[in-house]
Amino acid sequence: MTMPFYKKVVLYLLLSVSAFFIFAPAIMALLMSFMPGEQILTGTIIPKSFTLEHYRQAFERFPLLSYLTNSLLVSLLIMAGQLLLSSLAAYAFVFLEFKGRDALFFLFIATMMIPFEASIIPNFQTIRDLNFLNTYTGLSLPFFAMAFGTFLLRQNFKQIPKELKEASEIAGMGDLKFYLTVVLPVAKTSLVTLGVYGFLSAWNMYLWPLLATTDDSVRTVQIGLKQLQSQEQLNEWGVIMAGGIIVVLPTLILLFLGQKKLQKGLTEGALK
Amino acid sequence: MSYIELSNVSKSYDKQRSVLNGIDVSIEKGEFFVLVGPSGSGKSTLLRLIAGLEEITGGELHMNGKVINHLPPKDRHLSMVFQNYALYPHLTVEQNILFGLNAKKVDKKEQKQRLHKTAEMMGLTELLKRKPRQLSGGQRQRVALARSVVSEAPLCLMDEPLSNLDAKLRAHMRMEIRQLQKKLGLTMVYVTHDQVEAMTMGDRIMVLNDGKVQQVGKPIELYNKPANLFVASFIGSPKMNMGRAVIKGQQLVIEESLFIPVKAADVIDIPKNKRLIAGIRAEHLFKGTSEEKTHVLDVINVEQLGNETMVTFEVGGEFWTAKWLGQQIVHTGDRVPVQLSVEHMSFFDADTGKLIKAASSLKQKEGVAI
Repeated sequence: MTMPFYKKVVLYLLLSVSAFFIFAPAIMALLMSFMPGEQILTGTIIPKSFTLEHYRQAFERFPLLSYLTNSLLVSLLIMAGQLLLSSLAAYAFVFLEFKGRDALFFLFIATMMIPFEASIIPNFQTIRDLNFLNTYTGLSLPFFAMAFGTFLLRQNFKQIPKELKEASEIAGMGDLKFYLTVVLPVAKTSLVTLGVYGFLSAWNMYLWPLLATTDDSVRTVQIGLKQLQSQEQLNEWGVIMAGGIIVVLPTLILLFLGQKKLQKGLTEGALK
Repeated sequence: MSYIELSNVSKSYDKQRSVLNGIDVSIEKGEFFVLVGPSGSGKSTLLRLIAGLEEITGGELHMNGKVINHLPPKDRHLSMVFQNYALYPHLTVEQNILFGLNAKKVDKKEQKQRLHKTAEMMGLTELLKRKPRQLSGGQRQRVALARSVVSEAPLCLMDEPLSNLDAKLRAHMRMEIRQLQKKLGLTMVYVTHDQVEAMTMGDRIMVLNDGKVQQVGKPIELYNKPANLFVASFIGSPKMNMGRAVIKGQQLVIEESLFIPVKAADVIDIPKNKRLIAGIRAEHLFKGTSEEKTHVLDVINVEQLGNETMVTFEVGGEFWTAKWLGQQIVHTGDRVPVQLSVEHMSFFDADTGKLIKAASSLKQKEGVAI
């Protein structure tokens, strides 16, 4: 698209300003994490001196590394479980024909309207009765079934021509093999999208890990962050910010990696 | 017993909407059998019934003398080429061709052998490492054919495989598919809506309309003796010229505007005073001269094709087209002398649409190039 130069300038100016405002809290956190404590308390914005002390303290005072590992494990588990169950369910909704399929699908979709908080008590009771409290299983299991993921993948699978399925049927290929060798590779892009989405939302989860764990050894990093805040009488903002930055890093890395892959996937183009 | 036999096969969805009705046909081994009909006639559904991709709701399907109504597609020993080719976009040409063999767990060595043989035959050797999206339409078509050939299934089903190609390539592929079928001795069931494709490729043709068989026969048979009005207007290009007709005394009256004298012997099989439809092929509407003519007609349109000329006349409320060899000097609005005779005309019952009498001239001329 071509546009006059002055229009471009205005547009980019507006974009930069709004980007700055959106990103401002994150920038402040970043700056504060490198500032000595007394500067933070006096309300400095541009640091006068630079220190890594807060980062050292964040690692020293709390089992941050173990929290990070827990978060990573739980998020990966949830991501894998979601990808597996969602893709299998979506496959059934698209390629298998059975009575009441569409009705069942709409029922499935309808569960998206129930917020997780509403089902958190029955979930908690189930996990407790299964003796899964304080385990990775307990942390991840309630999130495996995901209506949104099923919906996303179903829409994507629907774009696969049904002739591909028929051609495999004639070749003598069963459903499982068709799912593994055709559907999954063709829908790679959507799987990556869903994977990134699932990972990020699992990483940022707070309420459920708080309920399902009582033991520091399995707690995730989001709860660790909260602990940083309330340990002392006076909040050490520098340490909290340092912790926040550390927690954000993996998600940022994932986002950048995923973005590249997503762009590649989107430009690959489909074959009619 | 024939290779494939359908007896009284019908298909309906939800027990209400019936798509196919009482289909009876047998297909011989090594035959090129074409299913032709307008869209919505049920021809693709019939093919899918044979493939086993859809359930038969009534009647029986036999293959080699056995009822195979409920046999899954993979056990029917057939291959299929789809209209959109159904190539796997994430696999290379080679993987696409070998896809079926992998599923059937054919020995790797044999796979390689068959792949090279097929690729060479189809001219795909250079393209084996490419992905389908890097191929042109014709090349994709060839890959789809190769996939079918490599399976070495004795029966090949094709569902409008050429409809996505341009006209020139289509004519070429028509010939190639025909040659391939003869060379490999395949039994082919081929679905198309294009009557030219049906005429040029088929050993036998089945014309379908509204889920019912209209006629089954050799291409020339269908052309010369169409069983009813539908087949008469569907087969042949341009379509057969038709008009309401009635025999009054010694005259045949067409569209109340053309009067053709008839001898009693010519119309011996035709009931008198019955409402008829008379039909005549474009090539039988001969050009007349000022001396030799039976009628003079108004020219509505002229199409110069170089080697022949299509002239459209108005006859009553109908448009009739004549096909004359060479480049004729005729202009729109001219009144042109023509020669019409009853012996070239086919007669149909106006109420039932059924053929009463085919053009009698063809009996003597059969085998002569028209």
